[in-house]
Amino acid sequence: MFEDFVDSFLNLDIVLRALPILWRGLGQTLLLAAVVVPLGLAGGMAIALLSRAKSRWVRWPLAVWTDTFRALPPLVLLIFLYAGLPFLGVDLGPWGAVALAFFLNTGAYYGEVLRAGLDSVPPGQMEAARALGLRPAQALGLVVIPQAVRNVLPDLVSNTLEVVKLTSIASVVALPELLFQARQAQSVTYNASPIVAAALAYFVILWPVVRLLSRLENRAVAGRG
Amino acid sequence: MGGLDGFVITFLNLEVMAEWLPKIASGFVLTVALAALIVAAGLALGLGLAVLRAFGLRVLNWGIILLVDVFRALPPLVIIVLLYFGLPGMGISLSGFWATWLSLTLVLAAFAEEIFWAGITATPKGQWDAGKALGLRFLPILFRIILPQAVRMVIPPLTNRTIAITKGTALASVVGVAEILGSAQSAMAFSGNPSPLTLGAIAYALLFLPVVGIGRWIERRAALPGR
Repeated sequence: MFEDFVDSFLNLDIVLRALPILWRGLGQTLLLAAVVVPLGLAGGMAIALLSRAKSRWVRWPLAVWTDTFRALPPLVLLIFLYAGLPFLGVDLGPWGAVALAFFLNTGAYYGEVLRAGLDSVPPGQMEAARALGLRPAQALGLVVIPQAVRNVLPDLVSNTLEVVKLTSIASVVALPELLFQARQAQSVTYNASPIVAAALAYFVILWPVVRLLSRLENRAVAGRG
Repeated sequence: MGGLDGFVITFLNLEVMAEWLPKIASGFVLTVALAALIVAAGLALGLGLAVLRAFGLRVLNWGIILLVDVFRALPPLVIIVLLYFGLPGMGISLSGFWATWLSLTLVLAAFAEEIFWAGITATPKGQWDAGKALGLRFLPILFRIILPQAVRMVIPPLTNRTIAITKGTALASVVGVAEILGSAQSAMAFSGNPSPLTLGAIAYALLFLPVVGIGRWIERRAALPGR
């Protein structure tokens, strides 16, 4: 039993042989995260700022937009963009489809978080900055946004953790990131050890973030109680 | 094909949609069943782990924390793929449905444990002291005084997390489950038209838009002062 387990999950021979492609996959995963996190943050900040508009003609469509992309599972959106759009002659390719899907999906989530952050900054901050002679954009960028970000930092980190984990769905559209490479290696060797190695890589990278979050969240709840 | 006409024939082809509607509908039922089983088992297991943690047994708590951290750090799809492709190597064969159920149940349990635990620790210490002063023992204090308050406190974050993880049922399509996305994809392959995918997206919207709305409502209610 134990030997079976080691042989099918912790087979060092197979992991060593798969190591070069797993390594490349890890590189792609990190690259992917470095692309989609800023993309989602930019989309989210745009949504958060627009949702402060006075006109309901801006706020309403924006709420529908956010709720739609929060309701659709990200994988559904990705498949739609990757496999659906080519029927219209628009072929985004794996990278394009992943980037657009993440922009739409994670942008909606970051938007909610950042909006709560902006709401948490008292209006007096904006007024004071303006009174000091800062232009609106300066007041926003130098005074309001930094405080907003600080106030929702745990939620931002938590969302970013989810986004990095979510990059694994890119494997479904054959983008050669870590999970895709691990599955390739698994299907060639009929052995799950490469997937275990990939899981280990995710854990090593993301565990510190989970620990950090655990602390931030406990502090947040304790502060409320 | 002209712009709008082309779009309609491609993505909103009623003929294709009518043909595949029954298949998507049965996928819908499967998604709802899978989601319900995940929510029930995940929340129960999460609450159970948080209660165990309240006993304060050091070694046990390290185990719980490690387990929770693992399932918070790993991408759900990685866990699903690992269980689905890995376990047969040990002579245990899990269908795609149950591999997804087990994976997402463990993920939800991990997040739920953290959230319940945060609620338990946020309940003022005086509540424990008051319970003891009334002559109650540990378990009655935990179940009748602490947990009712803790659970109420954590309902908003718990709802949001539960919704997010439930949407992960779409990942089951990767291991061959014909839930909404899976059946929409095979319908698209058979019909050579992406309208079933549109139908699938509509099905998800029907399922999750109300849920997202309820989550928002709960959050707003909890945010009211004087709670």
